Amino acid sequence: MLSYRGAAALEVMQELVIEAGRTERQYWKDLWRYRELFFFLAWRDLLVRYKQTIVGAMWSILRPLITMLVLTIVFGRLAGMPSAGVPYPLLVFCATIPWSFFAGSLTSCGDSLVGNSSLISKVYFPRMTIPASSVMTSFADLLISCALLALLMMWYRFPPGRLALLAPLFATMAFAASFGIGLWISALMVRYRDFWFILPFIVQFGLYLSPVGFTSDVVPSRWRLLYSINPMVGTIDGFRWSLLNGATRMDWPGFLVSLTVIVVVLGTGIRYFRKTERTFADVI
Amino acid sequence: MHMSGAIIAFEDLSKCYVINHRFDRDNRLRHTLERALRAPWERLRGRAPGPATTQETFWALRNVNLKIAPGEVVGIVGRNGAGKSTLLKILSRITEPTSGRVRLRGRTASLLEVGTGFHPELTGRENVFLNGAILGMSRVEIRRKFDEIIAFAEIEQFVDTPVKRYSSGMYVRLAFAVAAHLDPEILVVDEVLAVGDAKFQKKCLDKMDDAGRTGRTVLFVSHNMQAVTRLSSRCVLLTAGKVALDGAPHEVATAYLTSGVGSSAERTWSDVDTAPGDDVVRLTAVRVRSESGVLVTAIDIRQSVGVELEYEVLEPGHVFDAHFCLRNEDGVLLFVSLDVDPVWRRRRRPVGRYVSTGWIPGNLLAEGCMSVDAHMVTLMPEALHFRVRDAVGFRVVDCLEAGDTARGDYPRPIPGVMRPLLRWTTEAHVGEDVQALTT
Repeated sequence: MLSYRGAAALEVMQELVIEAGRTERQYWKDLWRYRELFFFLAWRDLLVRYKQTIVGAMWSILRPLITMLVLTIVFGRLAGMPSAGVPYPLLVFCATIPWSFFAGSLTSCGDSLVGNSSLISKVYFPRMTIPASSVMTSFADLLISCALLALLMMWYRFPPGRLALLAPLFATMAFAASFGIGLWISALMVRYRDFWFILPFIVQFGLYLSPVGFTSDVVPSRWRLLYSINPMVGTIDGFRWSLLNGATRMDWPGFLVSLTVIVVVLGTGIRYFRKTERTFADVI
Repeated sequence: MHMSGAIIAFEDLSKCYVINHRFDRDNRLRHTLERALRAPWERLRGRAPGPATTQETFWALRNVNLKIAPGEVVGIVGRNGAGKSTLLKILSRITEPTSGRVRLRGRTASLLEVGTGFHPELTGRENVFLNGAILGMSRVEIRRKFDEIIAFAEIEQFVDTPVKRYSSGMYVRLAFAVAAHLDPEILVVDEVLAVGDAKFQKKCLDKMDDAGRTGRTVLFVSHNMQAVTRLSSRCVLLTAGKVALDGAPHEVATAYLTSGVGSSAERTWSDVDTAPGDDVVRLTAVRVRSESGVLVTAIDIRQSVGVELEYEVLEPGHVFDAHFCLRNEDGVLLFVSLDVDPVWRRRRRPVGRYVSTGWIPGNLLAEGCMSVDAHMVTLMPEALHFRVRDAVGFRVVDCLEAGDTARGDYPRPIPGVMRPLLRWTTEAHVGEDVQALTT
């Protein structure tokens, strides 16, 4: 008790002012101060995730494998898409990793505020903690999938090269894309629950609009830039390119388009979220 | 600098809410959809989304000025809707003020509802950590206090059981224990003493008492006047969003209880369109009458008192169950009484104005201030038309002289939420000589 009071006395002296439109001043500092809450919320999501399921954490392994299997059969076997000399399952799996991460974190991010409405209306903390921590479960899945990929590469005797070191950068892009869109949707959902219905559509159609089951090379080159407006195009292409050590072709202008879209969406998402979060408790 | 030693300073604080009248629970989803689709479209056309409903602005707080010194324990009292909870919500940064400001110097922890963020699937241990983090405790701090918290909640054997298997008592105790072990400079508490059994409540009161003595600043809202006078060193009475009184707890408490602040014999809504209710029925007045039909704010404990609900039925063909709830000054619900008049019972009603009166018999209630909540429901299909808390109030007075009330000849305050006059018999089984004494 005494030690605590001593520690707290250091930060007491500064004055906190609460007034209209003023709450954001210490925002980023607050966000940092509440980092423990961030970990606890993420930890909670991970803990309760597979409660009352039979195979439990096995789902984290089964899901990506089943997705890969289905996409390989549909696009590789039935549609006979080109594989750039790479085993088709490998080609698909390298894309499912960033895609599943994107889809999973976007879904949990979008639902996160409404799902935690009781917290929002009763306790103060920087609201961005909620969508940010909700991404962590998908991050855990990402790590598991990467381990699976390593096994798959051993099976196909397709060792990763030096370019694989760039993969975390592309994973970060996937995070930025999902977090940016997620911030928009979660904040909008507080006011308009319609987005609760819209969100699954984005994820569902996004799978077919992104180069997951096929490579971007099947898109005619004059449409390539337009196609790259989908931020996941550049992200998935980059991820696959780095892990397969350049076996697939990388379209850099398209990549830049995707990157720009991600930066814009993330920037505006943060701005919109900050602008509206002050009224969350009144509206939710 | 501006604060001159105050740890909390409210400066011209105001908060305004916009209320949509027509939309209640039933069609909120449809309404939201409708508006959500229309809003972006209308914004495109350069218009703000038009008010599809009758909107009313409501000032929950209006120009509140208060300075609170370090170590003060301040109780905030007032009728429902007086702005107490809004004040605490602004203080704990859940909602922001419309104008004015609050200056704070110190770490604030707020306790607006126990068990916030508890997850049913997690164990007691896990929930202590999660809830502690939500309330602003660090992991180190929680770990240090963990045993103390569990002991306080008296759930040692169930630490590793998911809380969904807890009894509601255990759940509340655990939630409370976490909150009671917060250690901030400023503690903000809202009506948390309304839960738990009496023994546990006392334990929590004692804990808060300690908090005040160790120099912490505490701000709390309660309907429990006893708790307020016992714990606080200062008391603030809010009326309609403004500070009406600010002073020693017992002074404010007496003023609150005896003045008309806590009670009024009549409340009317002159404009039917904005009166509480929906498109089916609206409340237009609530009144308290004595047997002779006079509006009263105080009633002799021996006399019956009538609670009158006046309402306008706007849509024909509905069956209504008007009722009211009676609460005492501690916020304890004494009883609920439904309109059982056979004339209109289970009958569909035509459009028109109705007055339903329920009579509370004399020699039933205890002394003190009573407040009335007016409700209107339809049971089949279930619908809530209006619910107005603290619509009116009255005071029950026991004049000591007559000696024909339940207090007999006992002159001092009597505890208890009711005071019925019972039929008593005393049989004597004594010898002849004692009988001689009495004659």
